[in-house]
Amino acid sequence: MAETLTASAEGGHAAHDDHGHETNTGITNEKLGMWLFLGSECLLFGGLISTFLLYKKKLDTFPGFENTTIVRLGRNVYDIPFTSVSSFVLLMSSLTMVLAVSALTRDDQRRMRTWLLATVFLGATFLAGQVYEFTAFVKEGLGFTTNIFSSAFYTLTGFHGAHVLIGIIILMTMFARSLQGKLRARNAETLEIAGLYWHFVDVVWVVIFVVVYLIK
Amino acid sequence: MALVERETLALPSGASPGVAIEPLGVLARPHTKTGWRSWVSTVDHKKIGIMYGAAALMFFIVGGLEAMLIRIQLAQPNGTVLSADVYNQVYTMHGVTMVFLVIMPMAAAFANYLLPLQIGARDVAFPRLNALSFWMFLGGGLFFNTAWFVGGGGADCGWFCYAPNSGVVFSPTHGVDFYAVGLQIAGAASLIGAVNLIVTVLNMRAPGMTLFRMPVFTWMQLVVQFLLLFSLPVITVALFLLTFDRSFGANFFNISQGADPLLWQHLFWIFGHPEVYILILPSFGIVSEIIPTMSRKPIYGYPFMVFSGIAIGFMGWGVWAHHMFASGIGPISVAAFSLSTMFIAVPTGVKILNWMATMWGGKITFNTPMLFSAGLVAMFTIGGLSGVTHSVAPADTQQTDTYYIVAHFHYVLFGGALLGLFAGMYFWWPKAFGLMLNDRLGKVHFWLMLVGFNLTFGPMHILGLQGMSRRIQTYQPSDGFTFWNRVATFGVFWIATGMLVFLYNIYSSWSSWKKAGRPNPGADPWDARSLEWSIPSPTPEHNFDVVPEIHAQDDFWHRKYGEDEKGRAVRIAATEDVVQKGDATDVHLPSPSFYPLILASALPIIGYGVIFNRLIAIPGAVLFLFGLYGWAFEPATEPDDHAGDGGHGAHGGGDHDGAALAAPSTEEAHVG
Repeated sequence: MAETLTASAEGGHAAHDDHGHETNTGITNEKLGMWLFLGSECLLFGGLISTFLLYKKKLDTFPGFENTTIVRLGRNVYDIPFTSVSSFVLLMSSLTMVLAVSALTRDDQRRMRTWLLATVFLGATFLAGQVYEFTAFVKEGLGFTTNIFSSAFYTLTGFHGAHVLIGIIILMTMFARSLQGKLRARNAETLEIAGLYWHFVDVVWVVIFVVVYLIK
Repeated sequence: MALVERETLALPSGASPGVAIEPLGVLARPHTKTGWRSWVSTVDHKKIGIMYGAAALMFFIVGGLEAMLIRIQLAQPNGTVLSADVYNQVYTMHGVTMVFLVIMPMAAAFANYLLPLQIGARDVAFPRLNALSFWMFLGGGLFFNTAWFVGGGGADCGWFCYAPNSGVVFSPTHGVDFYAVGLQIAGAASLIGAVNLIVTVLNMRAPGMTLFRMPVFTWMQLVVQFLLLFSLPVITVALFLLTFDRSFGANFFNISQGADPLLWQHLFWIFGHPEVYILILPSFGIVSEIIPTMSRKPIYGYPFMVFSGIAIGFMGWGVWAHHMFASGIGPISVAAFSLSTMFIAVPTGVKILNWMATMWGGKITFNTPMLFSAGLVAMFTIGGLSGVTHSVAPADTQQTDTYYIVAHFHYVLFGGALLGLFAGMYFWWPKAFGLMLNDRLGKVHFWLMLVGFNLTFGPMHILGLQGMSRRIQTYQPSDGFTFWNRVATFGVFWIATGMLVFLYNIYSSWSSWKKAGRPNPGADPWDARSLEWSIPSPTPEHNFDVVPEIHAQDDFWHRKYGEDEKGRAVRIAATEDVVQKGDATDVHLPSPSFYPLILASALPIIGYGVIFNRLIAIPGAVLFLFGLYGWAFEPATEPDDHAGDGGHGAHGGGDHDGAALAAPSTEEAHVG
């Protein structure tokens, strides 16, 4: 069974290369579609980040609100060392993602599954950190509905968290497919496309981390 | 998924379609080629295009009836037909319906039907995503309109739904919730469609079909899809913020907490101004096909046509704040946006002049499509000129929120976009349905529309300059608005009559065609120029028997006509000899699927859950996941379709599974 699959995989691989040249751009439809979608996502996060920046500044200058507990809450809840660590974890997941794709192109199933699981684990760790952070903030009195800053903060970081979650679901689906023997070197591009999405979500976090946490 | 589509471009010998096939997904694979099942499970870009058109016409009737209610209410001073509250709902629903559920999907109908044909492809890049786009649009549109029945009334915040009017305080019914969620669903549909069509145009052109040999319609649609791709996420953000405010108690537009109402205006118009070009450019493309055909001349200044379209696409991003001159955005912003708004008139002017230069000296046939096209050129020019007057900020502060604005955008959207779409319907009707619409009735339709349109919206310029407010529920006899309002209301009945003539034309053309023994109009009834006319009417399911090789712009024309020594066109080949027969039998096409419909139908259920009770969302979410995973594990084409073609068959299944996975993640990410 495995043998026949590998054999056909090699035949398929050659055919796949041919298909790659059949498109006018030389990029496969799926990959081009993913790039376009990610371009669109830039504007989605652009809108959310602009909203956050506007309301972060606005809260400080809102008449009657200067130096109230709510404003101080808005500024001082961050635990920068903690979030730095979870950011590092998320960035490392990009490395493991690359290693997973690289292993799949060599059809090294064992390593590919290992790195895939590692990526899922790192992503889930980041998410868990976000859940912890949100819980801590809420305990300090900064809920979603508390003020304009908190609404913008939870929406921006929450949207990013939802993207990470979707990425994890995609990667776990990929993992399940590989257990069924259906994720082979010839469809390495499928995993590569999932990887594009994953890297994008990581890169967006770099921007969000700087804008939300580091800029005073 | 795309592997399959690329394979369909080839013509490998294979099993004949219709063999009983073991279902691989949870649901049995649909196989019928006729009947309602073939429509709800179709992934054929042509059927999807036709459904887009039919749904848009249905919504056009709904939106048109709303418009008539508005005009009847304003027919005389102190009108009592609609209460102020209902009036607010009617004009909001009218605007949203016409923009998002009529003009956009009607343009999508043409894009879906024609783009693959004009570039010589067998289908779009992602046929199932294409079906998903349609069903999501339909679901979102119907969902939005159910606000009348279950939402305590329609949305009542105007089509751009400014904060804080859109908040719970000023709009306590669920109408605005339906606006936010309904547009979210329809917007996601358009986004998926945009990705799909851009990939199609960039990746699936026939050999020799370089970008600068593509028809102008294809170019304009490409620009539109890019505008959609980058502008929709911005309205997505705005609508999410609105939903979070209204359903989850967030503070984005809560003024008492220091929220900035201009945030909504900026987000809305950063989307909203590109949206204006999203609405008009498809019609520009349509008339750019019709005018050369009916004038028997190539389009004048093809590169200028294309580059002006691209320029509009770029500059469309730098003019949004001209909708906000009265919002207090500061003198520097006003000056900058004033200037950019004046500049964007230039590429539009280039187009107008190029159409006129195309007609100049041509042998013009004034049939219905040409009349509608000429109508667009004239009416859009009026609307464009009144648009330039808005760019002058001091004048604009006088015009803002008056009927002058209403007159302006109806001249560009009705006189521009809609006339162009009607032109397209008359022009491509034989290609889609294999019968011609009656030209005499078509002309009656055109003149009723044109006269009625000018009677309705022309007087609004005067009313606006007299100071009549937009969206005002009624007026006093002493205001002096009575006469021109009467004229406008009189005009709307001309338009309605015109629409009845159009609907009758569809019916009577069909029944007389049937009585006459279903005569075929032939592949090329207009002696036209682009590739879709080189295949039989109606278009065969597989589009092209043989993928054409393209050697020039207007390649099909050059196959029919050469030049004599004086440079005049002379026929070198009979049309019947250069068109394809449409009799290829062994073409592999993507298989139909129920999953797009299932996935799309989950979204309105989740929408009701967000608005009314979170519990309702649970079955929606379950249905969504079922659709998603059913889709992902269903090969885009049945592996058996590759029987007799060993290599393909062996690797087919796996490839499709994997590739299909990448596709649903796209919309999952967006919706999620």
